[in-house]
Amino acid sequence: MSTVPVENRKDLLPEVKDDATQGRSTQQKRVKQKLTSRRATAAAIIIAVIWTIPTFGLLVSSFRPEANIKGNGWWNVLTDRQFTLENYADVLSPGGSQSPNLLSYFVNSLAIVIPGTIFTLVLGSMAAYMFAWGRFRGKDGLFIFVFALQIVPLQMALIPLLQLFTKVLAIGDFQLLPSGTYAQLWVAHTIFGLPLAIFLLHNFIAEIPGEVIEAARVDGAGHSTIFWRIIVPLATPALASFGIFQFLWLWNDLLVALVFSGGGADVAPITQRLAELQGSRGGEWQRLTAGAFVSIVVPLAVFFGLQRYFVRGLLAGGLKG
Amino acid sequence: MEEIADKGIQVVVGLAIFTAIIGLIMLVVDRAPKSGREKIQVAAFLAPALVLLAVGLVFPALQTSYLSLTNRDGDFVGLENFAWLFTQPEALVTLRNTLIWVVLVPLLASSIGLAYAVFIDRARGEKALKALVFMPMAISFVGAGVIWRFVYAYKGAGQDQIGLLNQILVWLGQEPRQFLLDAPANTFFLIAVMIWIQTGFAMVVLSAAIKGIPTEIVEAARLDGASAWQQFRNVTIPTIRGSLIVVVTTITIGTLKVFDIVRTMTAGQYETSVVANEMYTQAFRAGEPGRGAALALVLFLMVLPVVVYNARLLRKQKEIR
Repeated sequence: MSTVPVENRKDLLPEVKDDATQGRSTQQKRVKQKLTSRRATAAAIIIAVIWTIPTFGLLVSSFRPEANIKGNGWWNVLTDRQFTLENYADVLSPGGSQSPNLLSYFVNSLAIVIPGTIFTLVLGSMAAYMFAWGRFRGKDGLFIFVFALQIVPLQMALIPLLQLFTKVLAIGDFQLLPSGTYAQLWVAHTIFGLPLAIFLLHNFIAEIPGEVIEAARVDGAGHSTIFWRIIVPLATPALASFGIFQFLWLWNDLLVALVFSGGGADVAPITQRLAELQGSRGGEWQRLTAGAFVSIVVPLAVFFGLQRYFVRGLLAGGLKG
Repeated sequence: MEEIADKGIQVVVGLAIFTAIIGLIMLVVDRAPKSGREKIQVAAFLAPALVLLAVGLVFPALQTSYLSLTNRDGDFVGLENFAWLFTQPEALVTLRNTLIWVVLVPLLASSIGLAYAVFIDRARGEKALKALVFMPMAISFVGAGVIWRFVYAYKGAGQDQIGLLNQILVWLGQEPRQFLLDAPANTFFLIAVMIWIQTGFAMVVLSAAIKGIPTEIVEAARLDGASAWQQFRNVTIPTIRGSLIVVVTTITIGTLKVFDIVRTMTAGQYETSVVANEMYTQAFRAGEPGRGAALALVLFLMVLPVVVYNARLLRKQKEIR
């Protein structure tokens, strides 16, 4: 017997040479399998440790007194157990222009990200629904075009978009999307999130059984009824998972914020502040370590809290093999 | 407190306006006249997303394309910017670095992610092990920059090291090094950060794909006496091929666009710049929007083959359906 390549024949079971295994007792096999799995486990643990140590080191450091952080490595906590919350108090408190004042920026991040995510989800799923179930000419071509827009680098759009917000969408002093507020960031994030949102949600929504939608149509339901009563409830897993992704991306964004926020404590998100601190106070590890943790605590909470939902939904909809 | 209340009001007003707009669209959809009803409904659902994309992405991208043919004063100069890009040493370094990034990150992140997913499949504590490697996905590039700059931190020989990597060198009897300053190795230390972030994504998607392999196939292979490696080669890889392609292309696109890591860790100095960062530097810092636009276009051309491939795959899937 020979090995059949199964590259394009998923329906066929792969046939494996069995001459090698003949004469080998089950017990031997079991021992071998155990060994392989033990080696695999060891490799997995090594990877896990390498992946975790950098974050762990930063977390430990953020609780060490300033002199200790700057004086020796964080692994010295094994022998020198001094911990403090002072670093956190320092970065959060609004103490003048010298202070990191991260609490304000933290609130900004929330205020940017929550509407930004909702807008993208609603508009994206509406378009995705039509691309999946609407009947119009040029549907496939248009869909591929929207999909392809994912590659347009953000940088390509930033300056024209900023000009649009400040000059075109303005009558005299009145700006439709006033600068110095969150509005420009909401719209910019929505625009940049839409291509992927439409693509992923389309994949999920297109999988909804056609009979369900046909039945509703026969009963005389229009598109708005079908969308809100059937599509949205059935697509909730995909909406939730993409929503979580979008939330994380917006929370972690730096570039869009740099262009549209103006940089002050009124609007700028926490990532922007942290990048500033890195640039201007690159050696102030007591502030950088605590600041970094303030900035990643929300994404980590979202991630650990909703991990199962988020993985399951996304895989079911978008990234099917 | 007052400040937070003000910000909250902004968010509530923003959400209210958005809800009103969506409500209006649904009203139009429901009240559409019988003749041409389908067309009006389709248009109403697609319009918000498509208008935003056209105004915020397509039109700016075209404008940027024209910009690439102009100099800093806005005069038309033909392909001069591209000539600069492909002949000047500093620009060539940027291109070389981008190639290194785009080869290494997808390759290593996907391989490590896949290996890890296989190793921990059905292992004890699988969920926790997964979370550890996936966690960096939730951390912003800015935060990751702080974490890794701390790992790479340098103190002169003879002083106590505060960076883990240099401490390891010292333990091994080596001189501490300036990881982020010494070219060309520094590019690889930046790449490590991106791999650290992307591996979790690859691992989660591929792990789910592995779990989706029908148990009968795995059982059959095992009964036929396939070794772990044979199972992996002949069963796992072919079956999850689709997911693997999605992972590699997604990471490739993300890597080409990466900007924050280089921006916050070295700002592209010491020969570490990549196209996306150089574009920002030229357009927003050096006052050379033409060169920045040319770089944007080059980036676009680099991603194009990946997207065309993805789009074809998508079309094939649709035909099957």
